[in-house]
Amino acid sequence: MTDACLKVTDLHVMYDLGSSGFGPRKRLHAVNGASFEIRAGETLGLVGESGSGKSTIGLSIMRLIEPHSGKVTLGNTDVTGVSRKDVRALRRRMQMVFQDPYSSLNPSMTVAQLLEEPLIVHRDLPKAERSAMVGQMLESVGLHAGYAVRYPHEFSGGQRQRIAIARAMILHPELVVLDEPVSALDVSTQSQILNLLKEVQAKSGTAFLLVAHDLAVVRLMSPNVAVMYLGEIVETGPSGRVYDAPGHPYTAALISAVPFPDPERQQSATRIILKGDLPSPMNPPSGCRFRTRCPFAMEICAKEAPPAVAIEGGGTASCHLHAHGPKLGGKTLMPFIEERLG
Amino acid sequence: MVEQQTPLLAIEGLTVQFPSPNGFLTVVDDVSFSVGRNDIVCVVGESGSGKSVTTQAAVGLVQPKGGRVTAGSVMFDGQELIGASNRTLNRIRGNDIGFIFQEPMSSLNPAYTVGEQIAEVVRRHRGASRKDAWKTAIEALDRVHIASAASRAEAYPHQFSGGMRQRVMIAMAIACGPKLLIADEPTTALDVTIQARILEVLKELQKELGMSVLFITHDLGVVAEIARSVVVMYGAQVVEAAPATQLFAAPRHPYTRGLLEAMPQVALERGHDPIAIPGTVAQAHAWPKGCRFNPRCVYRQDGPCTTGAMPLKPEGAGLLRCAVRPDLSQGIAAP
Repeated sequence: MTDACLKVTDLHVMYDLGSSGFGPRKRLHAVNGASFEIRAGETLGLVGESGSGKSTIGLSIMRLIEPHSGKVTLGNTDVTGVSRKDVRALRRRMQMVFQDPYSSLNPSMTVAQLLEEPLIVHRDLPKAERSAMVGQMLESVGLHAGYAVRYPHEFSGGQRQRIAIARAMILHPELVVLDEPVSALDVSTQSQILNLLKEVQAKSGTAFLLVAHDLAVVRLMSPNVAVMYLGEIVETGPSGRVYDAPGHPYTAALISAVPFPDPERQQSATRIILKGDLPSPMNPPSGCRFRTRCPFAMEICAKEAPPAVAIEGGGTASCHLHAHGPKLGGKTLMPFIEERLG
Repeated sequence: MVEQQTPLLAIEGLTVQFPSPNGFLTVVDDVSFSVGRNDIVCVVGESGSGKSVTTQAAVGLVQPKGGRVTAGSVMFDGQELIGASNRTLNRIRGNDIGFIFQEPMSSLNPAYTVGEQIAEVVRRHRGASRKDAWKTAIEALDRVHIASAASRAEAYPHQFSGGMRQRVMIAMAIACGPKLLIADEPTTALDVTIQARILEVLKELQKELGMSVLFITHDLGVVAEIARSVVVMYGAQVVEAAPATQLFAAPRHPYTRGLLEAMPQVALERGHDPIAIPGTVAQAHAWPKGCRFNPRCVYRQDGPCTTGAMPLKPEGAGLLRCAVRPDLSQGIAAP
């Protein structure tokens, strides 16, 4: 596909943890070969639990963390090849919204100053024009233009997140990385922000990379999803297919773990309870990284890392069950799971 | 919620205030509900709804933080807890009432092994010998499915993952065989797959030990998973209370219905965008007059909803605080 807005190829990110004083320097392989692309105006949801490396991917696309290897291209620009000095110019084209609007907005700046700052840094505009843009932007995120003179502490969490979104959108970027944009908000205001993001995207045509742990939020917002486990993308595909017909046991477990607000349905649901805990990313399991918690692990899973297999209905899943054992050959796991656990 | 025998915990008209620069703020306002024996009750609400303070006040945990109980009664197993001496409360807390909180790491002492910490609770409350207390600690760890409990008891909290620490907290809370377990957002900081295990463990223990659970959460999905009855709080008050099946099948308060309709999962099911509740959560320094939800409610009627106190009235098998009582069976009207 040539119309990809963002293309990420074989991205590796390592955190250097230094040495404890004994033995070699320790490195944590936080992202192990991630590849995906997002088309202009679309949203890709990156979902996983804590420690899966999903936020690290977002940060390394923004070059807020330097990737170890791999390639990130935004439009026709090689983001990973740009010198540190020129990264700033690139940020006009890609912006970020963080989880916690209480810490992402400078408390000593007014809303006008917060929204104007990107314009001052990146564009040479007369003051009157800047002020007009700030007013317009505030209105488009559902805040009064008159709020421009106020400070962040005068706003609720949801309103602050609106300001953060306005700040990210004011330069009309091609891509916005949304890192858990609603998880710090009250339940009743979360959906306001989700609806706003959809609205803003429909108007601007900006591509979103939505990093979130909440599966329902991701499905609602993204036509495509990538599921991460311990630094690796284990499944990708159209949201409907991934959620309704998962091809990877981790995806199936993740979906089955989210309780639905209906007691009768909860009682009858097949739940895949995962054993044990997330292994240390310092010392990931051999072969398939999920095998230590997988209810269906086979002998081969400890020996070889599973290749990505095309799944019926679109996307891929990296699981040995498709070529070995029950040899599902790209079909969804659900009938197999029902049979084994039902 | 209607119990033939006396409930294990009966909270009546509980009102709690906290000091602020502008005088005392009422953060729990005339809250009443009860927890039966062998029951699981969920208190659900957003931040600032008063759900946590209610339970803390019930067991005398707000006074050390500067709060004061200005009215109400809390009967636990035939004993009044409001105004009870610290000595009495200390005996009941940890013994007859166990607690688990959201952040397990800050509830555990990093300098002691988990076994020592659980055993200490048993020695203090049960007067058990060191040896017996250690045995009880290992049994408790075993009950929450910590593998090789005997050796893991000798590990320190930092050697456990978040989900395991929360299971250690549960082990500590149940070690003395409490009649009531109060769980305050015990899974909020955890991943969903870990949350699923913790909820399984809690349900299993509730059955095995025949204890009651008072579970505080903001997540209606979690409520549906474990609750037998539900108390919905908004703006320091109970706005709706009902058996879980009734509450989810036919919520009666516009706030309850609104919370459900705002959930992405429910929106996905219905095939449209979530219906957001407009506005922001009511705050203690400026409770709206009349119904506290009225500025955000699409069914608001000037007059009935905006003046005077709004009483909590019986509704079906539950309770409802709403002047309009709109028909919500077809979903909520768009704002």
